[in-house]
Amino acid sequence: MIVNLVEYLTVAMIIFIIGVLGIFLNRKNIIIMLMSLELILLAINFNFIIFSVSLNDLMGQVYSLFILTVAAAESAIGLAILVAYYRIRGTIAVKYINLMRG
Amino acid sequence: MYLLIVLLPLISAIVSGLFGRYIGKKGAQFITTFLVSFTAILSLIAFKEVALNANPCYITLITWIDSELLYASWGFIFDSLTVVMLIVVTIVSSLVHLYSIEYMGQDPHVPRFMSYLSLFTFFMLILVTADNFIQLFVGWEGVGLSSYLLINFWFTRIQANKAAMKAMIVNRIGDFGLSLAMFAIFLVFKSVDFATVFATAPFFANEKFIFFNFEVDKLTLICILLFVGAVGKSAQIGLHTWLPDAMEGPTPVSALIHAATMVTAGVFLIIRTSPIFEYAPNALIVVTFIGALTAFFAATTGLLQNDLKRVIAYSTCSQLGYMVFACGLSNYSVSMFHLMNHAFFKALLFLSAGSVIHAMNDEQDMRKMGGLINVIPFTYSMMLIGSLSLMGFPFLTGFYSKDVILELAYAKYTIDGTIAYWLGTISAFFTSFYSFRLLYLTFLNDPNGYKEYMKNSHEAPLLMAIPLIILAFGSIFIGYITKDMLIGLGTNFWGNSLFTLPNNVSLVESEFIPAWIKLIPVMFSITGAILAFVLYTFYAKFLYQFKISNIGRTLYGFLSKKWYFDKIYNDFIVKSFFDFGYNISFKALDRGIVEVIGPYGIVKTVNNLTRIITNLQSGYIYHYAFVMFVGLTLFITFIGLSNFISSILDVVLYFIFILTLVFYSLI
Repeated sequence: MIVNLVEYLTVAMIIFIIGVLGIFLNRKNIIIMLMSLELILLAINFNFIIFSVSLNDLMGQVYSLFILTVAAAESAIGLAILVAYYRIRGTIAVKYINLMRG
Repeated sequence: MYLLIVLLPLISAIVSGLFGRYIGKKGAQFITTFLVSFTAILSLIAFKEVALNANPCYITLITWIDSELLYASWGFIFDSLTVVMLIVVTIVSSLVHLYSIEYMGQDPHVPRFMSYLSLFTFFMLILVTADNFIQLFVGWEGVGLSSYLLINFWFTRIQANKAAMKAMIVNRIGDFGLSLAMFAIFLVFKSVDFATVFATAPFFANEKFIFFNFEVDKLTLICILLFVGAVGKSAQIGLHTWLPDAMEGPTPVSALIHAATMVTAGVFLIIRTSPIFEYAPNALIVVTFIGALTAFFAATTGLLQNDLKRVIAYSTCSQLGYMVFACGLSNYSVSMFHLMNHAFFKALLFLSAGSVIHAMNDEQDMRKMGGLINVIPFTYSMMLIGSLSLMGFPFLTGFYSKDVILELAYAKYTIDGTIAYWLGTISAFFTSFYSFRLLYLTFLNDPNGYKEYMKNSHEAPLLMAIPLIILAFGSIFIGYITKDMLIGLGTNFWGNSLFTLPNNVSLVESEFIPAWIKLIPVMFSITGAILAFVLYTFYAKFLYQFKISNIGRTLYGFLSKKWYFDKIYNDFIVKSFFDFGYNISFKALDRGIVEVIGPYGIVKTVNNLTRIITNLQSGYIYHYAFVMFVGLTLFITFIGLSNFISSILDVVLYFIFILTLVFYSLI
């Protein structure tokens, strides 16, 4: 199967960049951040799968399955932290989450 | 015994200084006086053995510095020159110790005082017995230190503090000259031993070397530098300003240190190094001029001082001038003779002045005295003997040395000799004038003091009288007794300790100068004395009229302000040094540059840097994400381009760029 790598990779890159920009341009909602994170992981997954198909090597698809699992676990932990944080601080607005400020 | 002479004063100083509170006031007084007197007796025995029996004694104790190039040992020379100095130092010192028992008896710090006196004696003995320049320098600095401590003995008085610091700092200039002389000696002779240096001095005559880019004669330079040291210590013109101010110390100190012994250290240095000086005729001319000028300058200044002790201090300065120009005329034995005589009559004068001050309830201003002849006749007679001896009244001690010095100066038949003769003769006139002015104002004038003081004034107690009597006998007879021994024609008393080139011997010529030339100094002295007495007794009104006239006021100001030496020094040297010290070395350098690149600057830089770095740590996740993204992008870009960039740039340059950026951001 002949795949036009560049076009597919462009899609993956756009998704990745949307994810990254979603993280550092978004100043309101932390859940959107988590979603952006998911988006980045998705873009990576997409890359893995593209190359897996292109190189005809199943390893990449296996890897993307692993990443999906990890991403699910990670977003679960992230949401759990958010819930705990909300209970303590009463807000999840990003501009108030600056406890790490030096 | 020889080592005991040096050590006993040290033991005395240690016992009295460190254990003063255990042995108490009386104990300290007794122990120090006893030990120093014992030293004096030992010195007399040493004098008999070394000088009279002609048995010089050389003792080398231990090696001090042994570094292949430089070798110096702790060694002691006891030759004729040393034992004469020993006699002078220990006798005057023990008499001053005895005198201080009574004079300082009421002071709460007696043990400290006695300790300092003994310490001074110890260092002075180190100085006169040293057998190399480095050990001599130890004694030299030691007496400077003791002088500082003793001037500053009443350390709560600001005047005493200032005077002590002045003495220390002015002496430091002279010491610098002496240090340079020692370096030059080591450079030329490759040794600092007296024996080596003196034995090889003739071989370096008329050789030249480079000093400060000038080609100068080796021995002339060494001698002039040595003389700078002597100028500082012996208060010759230029560096004399500390001596009159040093009179802020207790009177026994003035008698011991600033009249009889320490100030003669400079003269002693010249006499000791006579084998070098003899081969540096140009240096000798300098010595003659400076000495004669000092004699003249100090005598004129002494004329119009109102402080009792200052008059005597200037007289000391003037007599030191005599000694120095006698050295400059190559008559070291005569200079030494005058040094010894001067020690006796000047100590007598100072101790009598102490007695007067004691009687007048610590009043030193002569204008507030007068009429004391009826109250303290004994002190008056002592002072009279001292003054007559000082002005060279015939057949008293001062006469023998002073007249010989002047005759020798004339018999040189050189320009400097003749100038020295006339300046010295005129100084002799002034000397007797101010001596009799002092006597008149203090003792013979109508009483001008406070009634209470006059009522309570009392004659010197026994312990103060004994030293006066002994010194008075010395002031009358010493010159007569020892003249032939010390400076008689063909005397072999000095052995090898002094050296005079055969060309420079003028003792014989001095016997063949015209009789009226010989008489002039005595005539001048007697005229001066009579003139002072007559003017102050019968023509006081005329003196006052002269003083308030225009010329009189200028002259009076000029002389009583000490030829404006202090003013010139303060305005032109001290002030500019203060300016430099405050504005440049303190404000610009120490608190400025050093502070900015040093501790203060580092603290500030670290603070700035951390503030910038803390700003980076904003706590917002999106900031971190941004930095990560940018960093990653750059990283990948650089890796991608590394092949291309590495040919142009170096890794080190990145580092430098980053550092530059960081520091640029700080500014």
